[in-house]
Amino acid sequence: MKQVNLDHLVQRVIEELSKKNEHLESIHFPEDKQAGVPKPHNPEVLERAMRRTPARIGIGRAGTRMKTTSYLQFRIDQAAAHDAVMNTIDPSLIEDLGLPVLHSRASDMQEYLMNLDSGRFLSEDSVRWLEKHGEKNKDVQIIISDGLSTSACEATIPDLLPALLQGLALKKIQVAKPIFIHRGRVWVQDHVASIVKCKVVISLIGERPGLATAESLSAYMIYKPDHHTVESDRTVISNIHRGGTPPIEAGAYLADVLEEILRFQASGVKYAQLRAK
Amino acid sequence: MGKVKRAKQWCFFMLRVMESRQHGIAPFLLGVPCFLLIEEMGEGVCMKLSCVIRKQQYQFGSIREVLAKASEEKSGDQMSKLSANSALERMAAKVVLSEMMLSDIYENPVIPYEKDEVTRVIYEDINLSVYNEIKGWTIGELREYILSFSSGMPELTRISRGLTSEMISAVAKLMSSIDLVLASQKMRHQAYCNTLIGEPGRLAFRCQPNHPIDDPEGIMASIKEGLSYGSGDAVIGINPNNDSVESVTKLLKMTHDFMQHWQIPTQNCVLAHISTQVQALRGGAPISLLFQSLAGSQKANDAFGVNKEILDEAMELMLRYGTASGPNVMYFETGQGSEVSLDSHEGVDMQTLESRTYGFCRHWKPFMVNNVSGFIGPETLYDGRQMIRADLEDLFMGKLHGLPMGIAPTYTNHMYADQNDQEIAGMLTALGGANFYMGVPGGDDVMLSYQDTSYHDDASLRELLGFRPLREFEKWLEKMEIMENGRLTERAGDLSIFD
Repeated sequence: MKQVNLDHLVQRVIEELSKKNEHLESIHFPEDKQAGVPKPHNPEVLERAMRRTPARIGIGRAGTRMKTTSYLQFRIDQAAAHDAVMNTIDPSLIEDLGLPVLHSRASDMQEYLMNLDSGRFLSEDSVRWLEKHGEKNKDVQIIISDGLSTSACEATIPDLLPALLQGLALKKIQVAKPIFIHRGRVWVQDHVASIVKCKVVISLIGERPGLATAESLSAYMIYKPDHHTVESDRTVISNIHRGGTPPIEAGAYLADVLEEILRFQASGVKYAQLRAK
Repeated sequence: MGKVKRAKQWCFFMLRVMESRQHGIAPFLLGVPCFLLIEEMGEGVCMKLSCVIRKQQYQFGSIREVLAKASEEKSGDQMSKLSANSALERMAAKVVLSEMMLSDIYENPVIPYEKDEVTRVIYEDINLSVYNEIKGWTIGELREYILSFSSGMPELTRISRGLTSEMISAVAKLMSSIDLVLASQKMRHQAYCNTLIGEPGRLAFRCQPNHPIDDPEGIMASIKEGLSYGSGDAVIGINPNNDSVESVTKLLKMTHDFMQHWQIPTQNCVLAHISTQVQALRGGAPISLLFQSLAGSQKANDAFGVNKEILDEAMELMLRYGTASGPNVMYFETGQGSEVSLDSHEGVDMQTLESRTYGFCRHWKPFMVNNVSGFIGPETLYDGRQMIRADLEDLFMGKLHGLPMGIAPTYTNHMYADQNDQEIAGMLTALGGANFYMGVPGGDDVMLSYQDTSYHDDASLRELLGFRPLREFEKWLEKMEIMENGRLTERAGDLSIFD
C-alpha cells in the first residue's frame, strides 16, 4: 500500500478550504450607532437626539442588557482604543511641521505608562539641546506631545498649530519656536519653562483614547511655573477634535486665552477668578 | 492579662533580636523585669514592628511602612517605592499589623497633625469616649469584631466614631474579598437632599449625560435616555467641558427647569471646580448638590485647589442659597491614586490615603461619596484585579467611616482591564450594599474618555438583586409608566417619551 504523505494531505485540505472562503462573503460589521428602540413614541425625536450626541443613546435593550450589535460595537471600540495607546507617531508628520524632536526620560511605552516621573522631565540630551537651541525669554513656548494618543496629534496638530501661531502673531505675542516632546507628560512643561524662561508655556497633548474618539487632544497652559506650582494653576482646554472643538477653531480660541493669561499674569483657578470679575 | 501577654511578647521579641543580630544589649534588657520596662518605656516603644516568618526576620521602620507593605499589590504603591518587596514581606507586614493596637495607630498618624489639615480634621472629629473604650484592641481583634454575628449596623456605627482613618485602612488590609463584602453589607448609611438615599432594598444612580462640547440639546438627550431606564435618582450630574461660570450656570438652569417641568424628585449638579460652582451659586444659579473631588493629604487637596475653609464656606452658602431641603448637600468624589499622580502621597500608601479622604469627607456630611478608583490609569491600578480589590476596599472603608458610599467601577483604555472586570466589580459592590452607581450611555463617557457603569448596567443591578429605585423616584417612574412593580415596562429605554 502506498504510504500517505500527511503533510501533503494537510496542504491540500488547506488549499481547498481557502478556495471555499473566496466564495464566502465576509461580514461588514456596522460602525454607526444602531437604533434599537422597537416602537418609539416619536421616531423623529429619537433620530434627532441620536444625531445630536456621540453618546450611545437610542440603542434599545434586550431585557436590561444591550443588544448584541451595540454590545459588540462597544467591545470593538474599546479594543481599538486600547491598541491606539501602544502605537507610535508617524515621523513624517513632525518632519512636515519642521518641529525639533525632544525626548522625555521614558525609554519605552511601558516605562512611560508605569513611571509618571519618566515623562515629566526631559532626557539629558534634550536638556542640552534646548539650552543651546531653544529660544529664550519669549512670551509663549508651545510644546506638542504624543502623550497617550498618537492619533490625536496626527489628526489635530496640522490644523491646530498653524491656527494657533497665526492667532498669536496677530496679537503681536512673541512665540518661541515650538518643540515636539516624545512621550511627554503635562508636567514636562515646567521643566521646559525653567530652561527657556518663557512667560507662558502651552502643551498640546494627546489625551488617553476614549471609545468615541482616539483623536482628542488637550491644551494645558501655565503662567511662569516654579516649585510652588500646583495642578489648579493650570488652565486646561480639553476635547479638541473633529467631534469636539474643531482644531482650527481651537487654535484661535487658545490664542485668546493665552493673551488673557499674559494680561492677568495668572493661569488656572486664579485666572478663572480674575476673568469672572 | 493584656500586660502579661505583651510582656511575653516583649521577651520573645528580644530573644529574636539576640538570635538574629547578636545584639549586645539584648541579654541585659531581658534581665530587667518586663513589667517595669513596659511602664517605663511607654507604649510607643513597646509597639512591635518586626516579626519572624519561616525563619526569616522582617523588620519595619514605622507604622506608615507597615501599612504600606501590608497593602495588596498595586502599581501606584510600587511606583512610589512603598510596596512590599516580596509576597512574604507583605504577609509579615500583615502579621505585624494584626498585633498592633488601635492606640499605637492613634498615636502615630501617617502624616503629622501639625503638618496636615486632613489629619487635623480626622482627629478633631473622633469621639474620644468611644475611642477610649476600644483603644486596647489589636487590629486583628477589630477585624473579628466587625465580622462577628453580634456586630450589626448599630455596633459598627458606634465604633466608627472612635476609629481614625488609618485604623480603618489597617483592618481592611487584613480582610479578603468576602470579608469586605460581608462587612460592607452590614452597614447602610442614609442621607437626605431632595430624596432619601441609602434605604435598604433600594439602589440609586447618577445620570451622567456628558457631551464633548456641552451641547445643551445633546446633554438633554442623554438625560432623557437615562431617566427612561430609571437612572437619575441619585443626581443628574454633568461633568462640564467648559468650566466657566456662565456655561456652568446655563447647565444648572437647564437641568433645574427640566426637573421642575417633569416634577422629577432628584438632585441637579454640575461637576465644575467648587470655586466655579460657588460663583454660580452667588449669581443665583439653582444648585441642589455641590460637587468637589477630594484627596487624603493636604498637599493633594492644595493641588485640587480646595481646603477646609473653602468647603466650610461653600457648604454654608449651599444651606442658605441651594435649592435642596438637605441637610446633606455635598457630593464628593475620591479614588485611590490621585495623591500618587499629584506627587503628594507623603510616603503613604494609596489605600490609606483613600481612607483618610473618607475621614476628611465625613466632616461635611455629604449626600454622596463616589469612589472612582480606576479612573487614573495603569500607573496606579494596573489591571482588573487591582481595580476590583480597590473598589471592595473603598466601599468597606467608606462605610466604616459612616459615609453614604457609591462606587464607580471604572477603567481607562490604557489599563489592562476590560468590561468583564468592571461588571464583576459592579456586581460585588452591589452585593456589598453600595448606595449608588453612575449611569453613562452605553457605558462610554464621550467627554471624559473612560468606561463606567451604563444605564443598562444600572437597570441590570436592580434586576439581579431585586433592588428598587429611591422611594420618591420610583413613584415618579410609575407615574411616567417607565416602571411597574420594580421592573422596566415596554416604554422604558425610549427617550422620546419626554417629547
